[in-house]
Amino acid sequence: MLSRTASSLYWLGRYFERADFIARLVEATVRLDMLSSRPAGEAAWASALAVTDTEAAFGTRGEAVSSESVGGFLTIDMSHPGSIKRCVEAARLNARATRTALTREAWAAINRAWLLFGQPHSQPCDTTQMLALIDGVKNETRGFEGAIARMLRNETVWFIRLGQTVERADNTARLLDVKYHLLLPEGERVGGVIDRDQWTTILQTVSAVTAYRWLYSEGLTPASVIDLLIARAEMPRSIAASSREAVEILNLLAGRAGRHGEADRMARARRDRMERTRSGDVIASGLHQYLESFIRENDLLHAAIGRQFAFA
Amino acid sequence: METRPAFDEIMGLSGDKPPRPELAALGRWLENTSGDELRRRQESAEAAFRQLGITFAVYGETEAAERIIPFDIVPRVFLHEEWTRLSEGLVQRVEAINAFLDDIYGEQRILSEGVLPADLVLTNPQFRPEIAGMRPPHGVWAHICGIDLVRTGPDDFFVLEDNARTPSGVSYMLENREAMLRLCPELFRSYRVEAVDSYPDRLLETMKSVAPRGTGTPVCVVLTPGHYNSAYYEHSFLADSMGVELVEAADLEVDDDIVWMRTVAGRVRVDVIYRRVDDDYLDPLVFRPDSMLGVPGLIAAYAAGNVAIINAPGNGIADDKAIYSYMPEIVRFYSGGEVKLPNVETWRCREPEALRYTLDHLGELVVKLVDGSGGYGMLVGPTASRDEVERFRAALIAEPHRYIAQPTLALSTVPTLTDTGVSPRHVDFRPFVLTGANGVQVVPGGLTRVALKEGSLVVNSSQGGGTKDSFVLVPDGPVQNMGPSGMTQTMGGMRQEQN
Repeated sequence: MLSRTASSLYWLGRYFERADFIARLVEATVRLDMLSSRPAGEAAWASALAVTDTEAAFGTRGEAVSSESVGGFLTIDMSHPGSIKRCVEAARLNARATRTALTREAWAAINRAWLLFGQPHSQPCDTTQMLALIDGVKNETRGFEGAIARMLRNETVWFIRLGQTVERADNTARLLDVKYHLLLPEGERVGGVIDRDQWTTILQTVSAVTAYRWLYSEGLTPASVIDLLIARAEMPRSIAASSREAVEILNLLAGRAGRHGEADRMARARRDRMERTRSGDVIASGLHQYLESFIRENDLLHAAIGRQFAFA
Repeated sequence: METRPAFDEIMGLSGDKPPRPELAALGRWLENTSGDELRRRQESAEAAFRQLGITFAVYGETEAAERIIPFDIVPRVFLHEEWTRLSEGLVQRVEAINAFLDDIYGEQRILSEGVLPADLVLTNPQFRPEIAGMRPPHGVWAHICGIDLVRTGPDDFFVLEDNARTPSGVSYMLENREAMLRLCPELFRSYRVEAVDSYPDRLLETMKSVAPRGTGTPVCVVLTPGHYNSAYYEHSFLADSMGVELVEAADLEVDDDIVWMRTVAGRVRVDVIYRRVDDDYLDPLVFRPDSMLGVPGLIAAYAAGNVAIINAPGNGIADDKAIYSYMPEIVRFYSGGEVKLPNVETWRCREPEALRYTLDHLGELVVKLVDGSGGYGMLVGPTASRDEVERFRAALIAEPHRYIAQPTLALSTVPTLTDTGVSPRHVDFRPFVLTGANGVQVVPGGLTRVALKEGSLVVNSSQGGGTKDSFVLVPDGPVQNMGPSGMTQTMGGMRQEQN
């Protein structure tokens, strides 16, 4: 497979996954904003900006933080490279550049997601419209998952999945880091009085509300949420699951290419460490530092993948 | 508007008479199938094309720039004997084109013997002095030719244009046939039609046959300018159906005169490149230095004999409109025989007498820019407005060397589905001719383009033309021929002895 094709597929995976993540984040934030017993309002949207690391970009616009302004910014703003619309556009351009590698179903899901944004939306966009759009995007990302599950199990699918899993690890780590930081300011103990709505938001964003109930009988506690998202490999969006999946996919690719490289070694070392990780130890020794270094390491893995497969 | 009677390829010389006897079944089919039914099938074919994204871009249009080419459901049919004669003419012509290119970038015998005016070649922008002295692997220059033909009578075919650079349209030949098989199966029960679906295999075989290295399986690729190009669908379609990589310039690199492509498993050596990129954009070190599409060093690798480029660089000189008028002489010079497929009579306006004749008869002639294409920069005298005629008159007087003139031919027609039922519409034809190390073959089929406007002679898709499937009938006999022998082949003897 051409390196350019592989690169396009990998980025397609990253962008479509990111579009899905931001869609879920906005949806959960709308909910938090509306349902909170003490209206979260501005704080809810400020934390959405923090999770996507876009406070500075939003700040330069000089707009007040509100559901309309931040919602529009994260959803349909064409001038913001991290908006859902721009992510879907980037995914589609990458898909188009490798059109022959994809099945018609897979392409159609991406294309339909892009067509959702076809109508010119006025800023600020109203909440109903925003939620309808997000529902549409979620449908298409799920449709895409189904389509690639039906494709030949070869490099095409593996590079898409590799992009998805690297992106997912990053997104989960960011979500957890910001929310945790926000919810447990310096000095507060894990296990103290918690803001149920905020913690529910985290679970909604990673579609794990029900999974959490099945796995943890003691009710909603920050320590359990952290355990779920870091150490539980059966939870698809956990850091442990992403780390394991990255190794599996790289092994498949190495089997085809007949050689291992730097990315394989990094991914294996990360997975092995994750298998031994206990969430309690992480919390004790500092969750923020842990997540920060994980995000950095994930970026290094991303760079190593690019080098190993000559993405350039 | 149309005054002269045109030959209709199904109905014969007059639409009122019964159809040509061999095509009686097709005539009955046309009579017995309602217009609504034909329209339903046609729309179904077009819907499929749109979903597949078989589109082309219309340059100069910003709105709806991606369009499908209209498809007409009524096929055009070549009888077996017609096709055999036509093929012989095509083979002769393409052999001559290859011999001409080999000569013009080599010894230039045709110039030293005074058959062609030397300045016409040497000062022609299509002549690439950078290529002179280089010889492609196996001496094949024009591997894929699309020879545009028109017809005026049962046995009267004329070459309108030789496309020896990167002729497009073969994906329409294949997709149109797929649509016809699905939508009009009854026609294939009435007639045994030569299969065209082996084209990708034939093309791959041709590519492999000209690979420079003798051992192993040659690595072949299709080189595209990228997905913004108007013919990108065709590029990806061909790569996909041959099972080879579709590469862009950035995927290739040249190291020590060897071409490599960058893959996830490391560099892979490339032996044969079917490029759908113009010469200008092939290699910035040799041609346009500002080209972002090119592969630096590609021509050096080619000169070193390490890679085959399909079609060879420099071919533009063979299908240039100014050279075109000399094709009968060129064919005679290299084949030593008489021309089997004649040219359309052509006045070269660079010659004073021809210019005078052209200016005196502007109202009857078709005038073309020698470096124009796609139906742009073209005057069709009989249908042009007075203003247009006068504009061309002024342009001809100012720069006569840029123009040629031809009579307005009574192009043949084929029944075509129109808003008011089935009516005759003018057509032309582009068969595809492949040349490999083992000889020349004509694919039994091609692209029929149809002028959808009543009386119009301009078939270009950019000017509102459409396409039809082109049936070539199998000779009487029980079996439909699916294999290699379904192609017309001439083995060996495709090149004039050079020394």
